[in-house]
Amino acid sequence: MASAAEELFVRAPAPPPVRLAPAGLLTWPMAATFVLLASTPLWLGAIGLYQYLALEILIWMLFALGYNLLLGHAGLPSFGHGAYFGVGAYGFGLAQKYVAANLWLDLGLAVLAAALAGAIVAAFISHRRGIYYALLTIAFGQVFWFVAIKWHSVTGGEDGLLNLKRLPADFGFASVSLASNEALFYFAFAAFVLVVIGLWRLVHSPFGRILHAVKQNEMRAAFVGHNVWLYKWLAFVISAAIAGLAGALFAMAQQSAYPNVMSLHSSGFVVMMVLIGGGLVSFWGPVIGAAFFILARVLLGAYTETWLLWYGLAFMAMVLFRPEGIAGIWQSVVARRR
Amino acid sequence: MTPLFEARRLSKRFGDAVVLEDVNLAFAPGRLAGIMGPNGAGKTTCFNCLTGRYRPDRGEVWFAGENITGLAPREIARRGIARSFQIMNLFDETSALENVLVALPGLRARGFDFATDAARSTALVDEAAAVLARVGLRGKALARAKSLSYGERRALEIAVALAAKPRLLFLDEPTAGLGAEGTARLADLVREIRRDLTIVIIEHDMRFLFGLADEISVIHWGQVIARGTPDELRANPWVQRSNLGELG
Repeated sequence: MASAAEELFVRAPAPPPVRLAPAGLLTWPMAATFVLLASTPLWLGAIGLYQYLALEILIWMLFALGYNLLLGHAGLPSFGHGAYFGVGAYGFGLAQKYVAANLWLDLGLAVLAAALAGAIVAAFISHRRGIYYALLTIAFGQVFWFVAIKWHSVTGGEDGLLNLKRLPADFGFASVSLASNEALFYFAFAAFVLVVIGLWRLVHSPFGRILHAVKQNEMRAAFVGHNVWLYKWLAFVISAAIAGLAGALFAMAQQSAYPNVMSLHSSGFVVMMVLIGGGLVSFWGPVIGAAFFILARVLLGAYTETWLLWYGLAFMAMVLFRPEGIAGIWQSVVARRR
Repeated sequence: MTPLFEARRLSKRFGDAVVLEDVNLAFAPGRLAGIMGPNGAGKTTCFNCLTGRYRPDRGEVWFAGENITGLAPREIARRGIARSFQIMNLFDETSALENVLVALPGLRARGFDFATDAARSTALVDEAAAVLARVGLRGKALARAKSLSYGERRALEIAVALAAKPRLLFLDEPTAGLGAEGTARLADLVREIRRDLTIVIIEHDMRFLFGLADEISVIHWGQVIARGTPDELRANPWVQRSNLGELG
C-alpha cells in the first residue's frame, strides 16, 4: 500500500478542469452602457443635444439588438426587418384605437403581432440561407409595406395612424405619465435593460450556443442531431418580437405610425447600424452602431442635407476595409495593447 | 450475428450517371468495417446515402432493427449514428471545446433552454473535455477550431462525432491530407476508440485500412465487387490485379 507521502509526491497532479468563461449576469460593458444612457438627461443638453434624440437612439438600439440576434448570432441576413418594426408600430396604434387604451395591453399586442408576422414569414424561409434567404426577406418585407400603404381603412394609407397617445404606465398602485420625452426615455430604457439582459443570457444559453453552431455550419449541426430549421425559425420570431417592441415604442415617441417605418429604408438602416457597429463580432455592435448612425444623422445633417451620402460612403469604406465594424476596431486595439 | 446496420440493394443516380447499383452492406456490432475503392467509385455517395445526406433512389437502410431509409440527418444522428466528413466540417470560429459541447446529446436535450449559461453546466463541459482528452486534444480545448493544425482538426472531426455517444461511427476518409506520422497517430486513435463502438471507415489508404479493419468491402463502378477480411482480400484475384495487390 502506498504511504501518504507517496500519495502526495508520486502521483501526478490531476490537470485543472477545463472551463469556459462564464458569461456573467451583469458585465462591465453592460453596466457602463446602462449608466451612460441613464445619465443622459443630466448632460445631453450641455453638449447641445436633446432628450428626444436619446429616446430615438434607445429605440433603434433595441431594434438593432433584436435584429443582430438574426444577423450576427444566427448568420441569417434579413433585409426586410423594418416590416416587424412597422408591424409593432401599427399594432400599437391599432390596439390603442380599437381595443383599449392600456399601455401594457397595447405593447403586448404589438409584440405579439410582430412575433406572429415573423413566425409566418420565417416558416416560409427557414429552410434557406444566404442570398435566397435575403431575397425572400426583402420580398416579404415589401408585402407588409404595401399592405400598410394600400389598406387605407385600417392603416390610414400614406398618412398612417395619427394622434397616437403616449399612454400612462399604470402599475396599479401608481400611474406614471409618459407624456414627456424624459419619462418616455426612462420607460424605453427599462425595456432596453430587460432586452439587453435577456439577449445576453440567450446568446450564452444552450439555445444560443447551438444557434452559433448553426450559423457556422448548418450541415454539421444537422449531423450532430440539431433541428436546424426550428432554431432558425425561433431566432427569427424572437428577433421580430423585439423589433415589434421597438416599433411600438417608436409609435409612442412619434405619436404616430406611418408606412415609412416599415419601408426598405428603415430595413436598410438597421443593417447599416449593425454592420458599422460591429454586430458580427460583438454583442455590443448594434448598440454602438445605432448611436453612431443617429448621431451621424444629427451631426452631419446639421451641415448638409446629403448626410446619408456621406454616411453611405463611410459605410462602404467600413465594409471594404474594416468589415468587423467599430467593435472590431476596438477589439483589435485592445488585443494589440496586451 | 445480426448486423447492427444494413443496406439492402441501395441504388442512387445523379441524372444519367448511375453512382450506386444494388449495393448490399452489413456491419456487425463491435466490428470495424472498411469500404474502399478507387476515386469516383461511389464510396462517398454510398456514405451519404447511409447517413441521410442523400436519399437513395431505391433500396433500404436498416439500423438496429429499424428502417431508417430517407430519414433526415438529425433523425439518423439521434438514433446513434455519427459521422465525420472528408472535407473538414467544423464550427471554425468557436473553441475545440465548444465544438464538442454543441454536439453533446446532453446539450441538445437542453436546446430550448434560453436563459442558463451553458458555460456553467460543468457536467457538460467536463463531458466535452473528456471527449477531447480521448482524441488527445485536451490541451487545445480553448483554442479556436480554425487555429488548430491539420492533424488536430482531423482529430477534432472525430471528437465532434464521438460527442454524440454513437453506437455506430462512420469516418469518411479520415487520413485525407495527413502525412505518415499523422496517419499513424490516427490509427492509434481509431484503435483506442473502437473498443466500445462499431466503426465504418471509407478510405483509399489501403495500408491504413488493412491494418485496422476486421472486414473490408471493395466498391467499384458503384457495386460491391469484393468483400472479406484483409487476408482474404489479399488473396482475391481482382484485388491482386489492381494496385491493392502491392500490399501482399
